[in-house]
Amino acid sequence: MSKHIVVDPITRIEGHLRIEAVIDDNNTIVDAYSSSTMFRGIETILKGRDPRDCGLLAMRICGVCTGTHYQRSIEAVEHAFGVTIPKNVRLVRNLIQGALYLHDHVVHFYHLHALDWVDITSALEADPKKTAVEARKWANVAGEYPWTDSESEFAQVQERVAKFVKQGRLGIFGNGYWGNKHYKLTPEQNLIGVTHYLQALDLQRDAAKMMAIFGGKNPHPQSIVVGGVTCVQDIQNPARIALFKDLLMKFRKFIKQAYLPDVYMAGTMYADEALDGTGGGLKNYMAYGGFRLDDNPMYKGAMLFPSGIVLDGDLSKVIDFDPEKIAEDVTHAWYKGDKPLHPFDGVTDPEYTGFGKKENGIAYLDTKHKYSWIKSPIYDDNRVEVGPLARMVVGVARGDKRIGEYVTRFLKNGNLPTKVLFSTVGRTAARAIETEMMADIMVEWTDELARNAAAGDLSTWTEFDFDKVSENAKGYGLEEAPRGALGHWVRIENGKVVNYQAVVPSTWNAAPRDYKERKGAYEASLIGIKVADPEQPLEILRTVHSFDPCIACAVHIVDTKGKELGVYKVDTSCSI
Amino acid sequence: MTDKREAVKKLFTAKSSRVETNKGDVYYQRLYAQCKKRIEALKTLEPFGNKLELQDLLSEEGVDRRDFMKWVSATTAMLMLPSFFEPLVAEAAEVMNRVPVIWIELQDCAGNSEAFIRSDGPKVDEIILEIISLEFQETLMAAAGHQAEAQLHDAVETFKGKYLLFVEGSIPTAMNGFYGTIGPSGETFEEHLTRLSKDAAAIVAVGSCATFGGVPAAAPNPTGAKGVMDIVKGKPIINIPACPANPANMVGVILHYVLTGQIPELDSLLRPKFAFGYRIHDNCERRAHFDAGEFVEEWGDEGAKNNFCLYKMGCKGPMTFNNCSIVRYNEGVNWPIGVGRGCIGCSEPDFWDKYAYERPMADANIKAPTGGVEKTVDEFGLGVLTATAVGIGIHAAASALAGKKSDEGEK
Ligand code: SF4
Ligand code: SF4
Repeated sequence: MSKHIVVDPITRIEGHLRIEAVIDDNNTIVDAYSSSTMFRGIETILKGRDPRDCGLLAMRICGVCTGTHYQRSIEAVEHAFGVTIPKNVRLVRNLIQGALYLHDHVVHFYHLHALDWVDITSALEADPKKTAVEARKWANVAGEYPWTDSESEFAQVQERVAKFVKQGRLGIFGNGYWGNKHYKLTPEQNLIGVTHYLQALDLQRDAAKMMAIFGGKNPHPQSIVVGGVTCVQDIQNPARIALFKDLLMKFRKFIKQAYLPDVYMAGTMYADEALDGTGGGLKNYMAYGGFRLDDNPMYKGAMLFPSGIVLDGDLSKVIDFDPEKIAEDVTHAWYKGDKPLHPFDGVTDPEYTGFGKKENGIAYLDTKHKYSWIKSPIYDDNRVEVGPLARMVVGVARGDKRIGEYVTRFLKNGNLPTKVLFSTVGRTAARAIETEMMADIMVEWTDELARNAAAGDLSTWTEFDFDKVSENAKGYGLEEAPRGALGHWVRIENGKVVNYQAVVPSTWNAAPRDYKERKGAYEASLIGIKVADPEQPLEILRTVHSFDPCIACAVHIVDTKGKELGVYKVDTSCSI
Repeated sequence: MTDKREAVKKLFTAKSSRVETNKGDVYYQRLYAQCKKRIEALKTLEPFGNKLELQDLLSEEGVDRRDFMKWVSATTAMLMLPSFFEPLVAEAAEVMNRVPVIWIELQDCAGNSEAFIRSDGPKVDEIILEIISLEFQETLMAAAGHQAEAQLHDAVETFKGKYLLFVEGSIPTAMNGFYGTIGPSGETFEEHLTRLSKDAAAIVAVGSCATFGGVPAAAPNPTGAKGVMDIVKGKPIINIPACPANPANMVGVILHYVLTGQIPELDSLLRPKFAFGYRIHDNCERRAHFDAGEFVEEWGDEGAKNNFCLYKMGCKGPMTFNNCSIVRYNEGVNWPIGVGRGCIGCSEPDFWDKYAYERPMADANIKAPTGGVEKTVDEFGLGVLTATAVGIGIHAAASALAGKKSDEGEK
């Protein structure tokens, strides 16, 4: 008899997500459904506003990848107005966004994802002395000194956890899946994980502080405006840039000495799964491209992450990305419509049909019909995955030198074949690889900013004639956000926004089935996973978390009224 | 820390435009006695939460007593209490694990959960994060699905009538509330909130969405989003607005509750006066430039390089009550006026429609709550401005803006 599992809420994510899975007699997942259960309607709210004011509001799509939506919104307007930003602005924006990557990826790994790999209670049985040896071993694999290798430090953490557990009430650690047999780390390895969990909780504030130096605050920075940034004071003051760099160097050290070794450790211990391709899913990958490396006009210069599409995990071919080829389907989403439409041609009308059957107080999704607030985006009639893994895959397939080097080094150090990438473990590893790459290049950007300011260039804004450029304009801001390809599209008439759209990472990844009944990325990745204990959704969480879900991002993009959505087309001449 | 404390102290003695901060000896003596009794009582109780000894943690974490005391004195000042309360605040911090906290997320962006883990001050804030009984917090908790539900159920049963319910995000009321459902049974956010409010000691709405509807409630409010106080009746509610709320104020509310067993004194919008009794403009580092009539006229201009006043670039500090000019953000490293942008009024109701634009009120040209476009202060209605803010409008107008403003006003 197959069994139907409902996991709602999926915790340790941003937003409201429900996963339902069907498992067979062997406890293997044979079917899965992803549903978003919250809607806000932010695009509707943006309509009619002054385009210069949209960034701050659009940022509130998400408080976790805070700042990403802000920059995209501002850049969409700059693209529409034909404004080219000064060097300082490019660098500062890259640094804010880069600090977000470091923060987001580290917090994701340790605080949102680690408890899927690390059994806290097992850490109590660890031998602190052996733990120190173990920590050295994994740091060594990464070619680094360990962040923590002191026996007494591990012993202290252990004692602290022991006290905590003894008290009975575990607070946020209560009712976890402790003891589940699909936890594979040794007690010593678990203790390393727990120790770094606590240290990262402390250190993440530094990465947030970095964003605040040039952003004013975090979450939700405030210094980016159409045409530039407002933090001229912080750029002209060498002490501010030096503070930024200090924090960066410290955080970078943690990434190299703790984060990467821990990923090697988990990757090796869970290597069976990785080699089996557990959680691989669609194996179609897409990147919009992101992080400007020069001061050319938008979409005409070099990018840190190149754009492109790779299908079927075939690294020998890359397809050029063309925004014209995006379509959205609503067969299984709570909207009216009967065929996939370009997002800017679609009329969106909500059609909430609710849950299907209810049994024993549990409501089940009506999976034959509509079951999510997220639409199903399709690229050239393919379902695709976006995110760090997609960026690394597209980068390697494109022959990008920098990405190629980091990926090759990782695989070589870990003694792992390329195919491990196409799995849950691979998704988690790709995130770590790009975090290191980002930390390294940010050092260069920081120095470049300091040099530029010292040379007397303090320009932080490009002037434009608002009344003129905002008469009739349209543009888009495309970028690689921590969770993947993220874009905002805006159309402006007489100084007002007449249409606003965003197609974002979690729309691509968390979407329900489409008109051909093809699964979305989360759904596809769950198929074939073996569940140790159907009462404990540990494996489901592990794979879904490997995408770093951010559901509020995905859902804002639909429009409850939608009457005016039928008019906007992407300008294809600028496809990147 | 010392700087902060000095700043707070100065404030404490300064004349405020809104709150009478010094309540006189008799008041404080009585309050002191009351708090003392309360803490003694708490100490005799079996702790609900994980009984970690703060002293042990302090030494283990390498946070020494001095750092802790610094934090205590800043917090005492922030709560607008005289310094002889400091030992009590220290004791309160030590029994803080007796207050269970349940944190739920509704129509939110998780910005406040993120802000919460940025808690600033010495490392002790983190310790507080660990040692309050944080029973349920979706962004951080290990359990999911049924196990998460069970955890929530257990916390509510165990701490009936005793827990603080933190709410992040607004509540959609259109379409029978189906714009947001949660849990295996698929209950709506409104049902979820109402159910959990029933047994809470008090409800703390964190962030502008939970307090006043925030982003989802911005015009035209597509989902009929509302704040907690429009949904829950008959329970003490504390609003900690701002987008997101300052973690210092979250900790402040918890601490105040431990200390006094009561919710802090609130203003008419249910905001604690210790945090929202100050006007940004009154404590702004650029205020001297305002008074001198020196304004940034364009992003990145000479004025910007010299820290001039941001009023003309849309700063709404004159209309906004909050303590970020004192506490700042991210360990005091910066704040919106520090970074040269100006204040967008994020702790005030309807700020997305009233304040969040980069032009002064007079040139607003914004999408107003009514859906129409409002042009001038006069059309906008003076009702939303405090008397002082009107004064500012006049002051700024006199300094340079006059021509443009009066032109538009007459159209
Ligand atoms: S008030 Fe701001 S930070 Fe808070 S949930 Fe709303 S948008 Fe996010
Ligand atoms: S208008 Fe703004 S920047 Fe100017 S003094 Fe007031 S609060 Fe400060």
